Amino acid sequence: MTGTILQIDNVSRVFPGVRGGAPVRALEPTNLQVAQNDFITILGPSGCGKSTLLRIVAGLDRPSGGRVLLNNREIKGPGADRGMVFQSYTLFPWLTIGENIAYGLREKGVPKAQRQDIVASYTEKVGLRGFENHYPKQLSGGMQQRTAIARALANDPEILLLDEPFGALDNQTRGLMQELLLGIWEREQKTVLFVTHDIEEAIFLASRVIVMSARPGRIKADIPVDLPHPRHYTMKTTPEFSALKAQLTEEIRVEAMQAEGVH
Amino acid sequence: MPRPLEPVSQGTRVTLGISFFILFFAAWAFATLGGFVSRTFLADPITMVQDGWLLLTRFGFMGDIGITVWRVVGGFIIAALIAVPLGIMMGAYKSFEAFLEPFVSFARYLPASAFVPLLILWAGIGEMQKLLVIFIGSVFQIILMVAVAVGNTRRDLVEAAYTLGSSDRGVVQRVLIPANAPEIAEILRLVLGWAWTYVIVAELIGSSSGIGHMIIDSQALLATGQMIFGIIVIGIIGLISDFLFKALNRKLFAWRLA
Repeated sequence: MTGTILQIDNVSRVFPGVRGGAPVRALEPTNLQVAQNDFITILGPSGCGKSTLLRIVAGLDRPSGGRVLLNNREIKGPGADRGMVFQSYTLFPWLTIGENIAYGLREKGVPKAQRQDIVASYTEKVGLRGFENHYPKQLSGGMQQRTAIARALANDPEILLLDEPFGALDNQTRGLMQELLLGIWEREQKTVLFVTHDIEEAIFLASRVIVMSARPGRIKADIPVDLPHPRHYTMKTTPEFSALKAQLTEEIRVEAMQAEGVH
Repeated sequence: MPRPLEPVSQGTRVTLGISFFILFFAAWAFATLGGFVSRTFLADPITMVQDGWLLLTRFGFMGDIGITVWRVVGGFIIAALIAVPLGIMMGAYKSFEAFLEPFVSFARYLPASAFVPLLILWAGIGEMQKLLVIFIGSVFQIILMVAVAVGNTRRDLVEAAYTLGSSDRGVVQRVLIPANAPEIAEILRLVLGWAWTYVIVAELIGSSSGIGHMIIDSQALLATGQMIFGIIVIGIIGLISDFLFKALNRKLFAWRLA
């Protein structure tokens, strides 16, 4: 059994009230342990605090209470040990695809020759060879997110954080991206924390699905996914997959209804 | 009839642009050569061109143009060298902005032309005074506009840089500056246009050279042809500098158009 890499201890987040309004409890005290090589998807309706939790792990937001430990060191701010892929396209538009992937390495001071090798290897892995000298604007949304994944991975982070990275892509592209990401994870054995509101995506990718409830956000269920690897898109139509999907759909439905005030 | 926002071809665009100039000169020629306006107040286009030729060949007007261009560019470069770094600092660091923004916003409304008499007292009527007028007219505008541009940098790009291991300094140097470089260049292009209006004001008072000086001299002689020629020369120089600036920006920031 592999050890815990990330430990979330009683992390909560309260946003101060706007213009004298009541403060908003975005995240109730939450506990979560992530083991090495886990692929955890965090599933929940919008407004359940799943992105807030991920941003706290990334160090982009501060918890109101509790703490996050990465390899037993408390997280105080953002850093290269946690790679992040955002839902919005965050490639630097003034850098080429190759320069974008090399960004973190340059900040670290990796020598140029070595940098080029790493960039070449990751452009290959995300299927973007031949596009190194293009600017982000010249690429489709799916290609941009592939570059963003390569950029995060090139830094060789301890854990990869993804905040609905395929949320803005069309369905077909999204399916292809899921397979690509899963393939990389199967080969490289990375630890991944992936936020989504898409049930199928959550099951297909995960070794564990964390279901979150809405307002205030807290973890409602922690469901292991024991589907075999390597996974192929045809798995989405197997009975085992459908059973998990039915179970999660029910869990999420209750939450979504509560969040929308429907009873 | 064309539809709203419907694009036109490049050829049509150029033809239409030139045809207005022709229309303008035709209307001017009609009013003056047709005898509807007194020659004392407004010279006709032909006289204007003849006067201009005389100015250039006999009265060394090229030297005046050169000195005016030098003043604008000199004062503007000094202003930009000081204002751009200050603006970047203000945009990046909110405490620095809180410290300087109120004063700069106030100073921006001080009319540069109103400083001319004061500057003559301080710096005489030499080149220093001309440069200072341009400087005062440009520096506060550039500071504020650059600060606003940098302050509006996309937050997610900054956050992405931090998660990739950038330090605070790294974010300023490798995200805030390159992300806003095209906009800063655009701001400089705009303010350079305004600098041209300040230089003429500076040259109208207490000057012995420059386009503005020629215009005020011509007024004493009622030489409206020369005055109009001077004004048109300023317009043409503005047009050229604008074109060069745009071409340079397109070349430097190709990623924006990619």
